[in-house]
Amino acid sequence: MATTPELNIDHVAKLARLALTPEEKATYSAQLGDVLAYIEQLKEVNVDGIEPTAHAFPLYNVWREDVVGPALSVEKALMNAPAQRDNMVSVPTVVE
Amino acid sequence: MSSPLHHETLAALSAKLENRTLTSVELMQTFIERTRAVDGRVGAFNSFDADDALEQARASDARRAAGQARGPLDGIPIGLKDVIAVEGQPLTASSKILANFVSPYDGTVARKLKEAGAICWGRLNLDEFAMGSSTENSGTHVTRNPWDLERVPGGSSGGSAAALAAGAAAAALGSDTGGSIRQPAALCNLVGLKPTYGLVSRYGLIAYASSLDQIGPFGRTVEDAAMVLQAIAGHDPLDSTSFRTEIPDYRAELGRRKGPWKIGIPKEYFGEGLDPEVSAAVQAAVGHYRGLGCEIAEVSLPHTKYAVGSYYIIATAECSSNLARFDGIRYGHRSAKASDIVDLYFQSRAEGFGPEVKRRIILGTYVLSSGYYDAYYLRAQKVRTLIRGDFLKAYEKVDAILTPTSPTPAFKIGEKAADPLAMYLSDIYTIGVNLAGLPGMSVPCGFTKAGLPIGLQLIGKPFEEAELLAIAQAYETAHPWYQRFPKLD
Repeated sequence: MATTPELNIDHVAKLARLALTPEEKATYSAQLGDVLAYIEQLKEVNVDGIEPTAHAFPLYNVWREDVVGPALSVEKALMNAPAQRDNMVSVPTVVE
Repeated sequence: MSSPLHHETLAALSAKLENRTLTSVELMQTFIERTRAVDGRVGAFNSFDADDALEQARASDARRAAGQARGPLDGIPIGLKDVIAVEGQPLTASSKILANFVSPYDGTVARKLKEAGAICWGRLNLDEFAMGSSTENSGTHVTRNPWDLERVPGGSSGGSAAALAAGAAAAALGSDTGGSIRQPAALCNLVGLKPTYGLVSRYGLIAYASSLDQIGPFGRTVEDAAMVLQAIAGHDPLDSTSFRTEIPDYRAELGRRKGPWKIGIPKEYFGEGLDPEVSAAVQAAVGHYRGLGCEIAEVSLPHTKYAVGSYYIIATAECSSNLARFDGIRYGHRSAKASDIVDLYFQSRAEGFGPEVKRRIILGTYVLSSGYYDAYYLRAQKVRTLIRGDFLKAYEKVDAILTPTSPTPAFKIGEKAADPLAMYLSDIYTIGVNLAGLPGMSVPCGFTKAGLPIGLQLIGKPFEEAELLAIAQAYETAHPWYQRFPKLD
């Protein structure tokens, strides 16, 4: 079996916008190291000339008529927003 | 055979409503009382709304009295996994990040159940965001197996399976991305069906891995599962991956399709790691089919050993993308201690997601990240092509494939919790079916000496659910394991 690839957990957590504690980083690194070592076996498979499958039954060009249909009301669209004001979702300051 | 009302089949309950020996309100009251009596020990429900359910039951009785009953599901309480949107009901995915979320609309399956007159009953527990095989990853509480309260009910649709097994609903809906309907069905003595990818709309299902997720029914019997599938199957313009295909009358087809069938046994599914009691029960079922005049053929699915690896790349990649929407902005948990907008994403996600979800987001982000995409994601998609090809090749000579559903019966709570890889391997027989997009079902096929249920998996050709159900019923009729119930009283 090939060696376990290096998983830079700080880099990946940043890409995923996920704050991790030092304990989480240590635990996940070890556990995912095991999983990645297991996944290495896929490298044994000869995939030359094989097309990738994104969906088991791919459908192409799924169109609908360009007409306005029913949509959520403003009240329903905002009913789960953590903070709102004047029919908008409110967020912390983005630009000073 | 006489069983308590809460353990009767959906078909029997439907007949009683039809011939007016039972009202929907009486039935609903029975399930509410049963739920209150047993769910403190089982923990199948995240929540339920008894007043709303009784109101739906009264509406059903009124329709029937007016001669306007909507069909065999009218007035029947069906439990829903807490990832399926029902307007006005909580929708949590058993995650802290959605703890206070209420659905603003009906998912397509909920709308279809309501149109059939069924009562959307309860929000059923799961592994957070459907990521797990034991329901131990729930962010709310652990669900226990009604057959042994020290053991898991399976997962991720463990609440759906436990509720039905405990007699707290007449049927249930789950979702299946790598075995999440079939494995808990096997562990709880139920029929569970994962339809062909595209048969049932995913609109209003919280996405885990979009190219693998399918909603499907749990029933006590094959006929019950067929009746629920009937209500939820069909093309939906709101799901662009939903397929335009003719939907047969599944229940009627059960009586018409008699076999004999050619049944394939893949040797790769009977190797190392298979519990001897599970193996013996499944082999006995093979013997039953042979006795019915079916031709039993050995088939090979040579890429089986790569299914779990391929799955954990594809599913986590899709999950890392799907769960990016949980950012604390438009809905869901928002951290109170963030310093700026970017920190708000980091902190809200850190506080809202549980450990398994974080692990899968990290893994999925990694396999999609710059420099690793070809080595992992693209390769996994190519292996997926080979796995699918194995099944299609086998179907050149057989009508269906028979395997165990799970390598072991229900395991102890906590047994695999610290070892994600061991947990992932408990889906080894179910995952290939999702990668290939095929219909698969689990059917009860016996019990271990310790009294734990065992399930048999039948895998069919694409969109051939009617044939698959008939094959399953040909076993069930002679082996009605569903007539056994857990001792919760």
